[in-house]
Amino acid sequence: MNAKINEAQELPEDVELLLPWHAAGTLNRRDAARVEQALANDNELAARYEMVREELGEAIRLNETLGAPSARAMEQLFAKIDAEPARKPKLSFNLTAWLTDFVTGFSPRTLAYGATAAAFAIVLQAGILAGVFVKEGTLGPTLASVTENSGEGSFVLIRFNPQASAADITKFLDDHNASVVAGPSAGAGMFTLRVAPTKLSKDELSAVIKKMAGNPVVGLPLPTARP
Amino acid sequence: MQVLFARHHVRVFRFVLRLVRQQATAEDLISEVFLDVWRQAGRFEGRSAVSTWLLAIARFKALSALRRKPEQELDEETAEAIEDTSDTPDVTLAKKETGEVIKQCLTLLTAEHREIIDLVYYHEKSVDEVAEIVGIPEATVKTRMFYARKKLAELLKARGIERGWP
Repeated sequence: MNAKINEAQELPEDVELLLPWHAAGTLNRRDAARVEQALANDNELAARYEMVREELGEAIRLNETLGAPSARAMEQLFAKIDAEPARKPKLSFNLTAWLTDFVTGFSPRTLAYGATAAAFAIVLQAGILAGVFVKEGTLGPTLASVTENSGEGSFVLIRFNPQASAADITKFLDDHNASVVAGPSAGAGMFTLRVAPTKLSKDELSAVIKKMAGNPVVGLPLPTARP
Repeated sequence: MQVLFARHHVRVFRFVLRLVRQQATAEDLISEVFLDVWRQAGRFEGRSAVSTWLLAIARFKALSALRRKPEQELDEETAEAIEDTSDTPDVTLAKKETGEVIKQCLTLLTAEHREIIDLVYYHEKSVDEVAEIVGIPEATVKTRMFYARKKLAELLKARGIERGWP
């Protein structure tokens, strides 16, 4: 314990403790400036710094005389690596890494040809899609919930309120177990809804229409034959 | 791995050799160091320099080897008891080969002191890097270096080289 206290008491200022790192050039800028300033103001410290520099030079020379390992070390290492079991493939898939590896595997010329072919394919695809839309005349918006355009069941002709939102219409269809099978009709904006999968009686269909008519999402519903 | 080995193996070898003092053991250990690096490459997070990481692994391997073969290590008393049979202190001074004497005394330091001297002077490691490699607080790094230098000065004094410090 006493020895420890004595050791602590003999410790010099922090700046002197930093001299070896200053000589090795591994201090940060702030500490280096602090040491430089202390050296400039303290001749005794400067003399000790010269000792540190001497030790540093000899430590480097001593280490440099140690030579290098023989080729045996490298042979031993690569023999051990070869003897290692094959590494398991990664369970997770890193798309970016895979793509980077994949792309860097090609020559610049191959990459240039590939990019040209991809650009041509995109232009071709755009042309085909535009042609299909122009030919069918369906460039305007369509109702996504149109799922069928024919079949058995009971049908109602209806016009949705222009202020009704898509959510309102969806809720209306769900509430009535209905689906849009045709529409909108040109000019009138009428839709044909299937309101039952089977043929309802006249009274049953009237009840459905009456229930629908009370909903502000739609205009007056009318019974209709299958589209 | 070949590039990493080519770039760092000499310095790692010298660091290990200074600790274990046997060429063959040092060679065996550096192949183990780089094998560990090959196995743990995915764990390296790049928060420290590769050389710092390598030296930390090398140090662990060297100390483990020393624990297995304690007879390889010279304790402080043994080191001090080694007599320089080639020259008496007077002859040494007469030759004015202070540098040679310093080098000789550097080999007589304990493993703990040799290690820190080499890390700071030869491997150019900063205070925090030494702390990371050796696994001690930065304040301890500074004081350990101070005591290593103090011991070196005592060994030099015993061989007739008085530098006026400590």
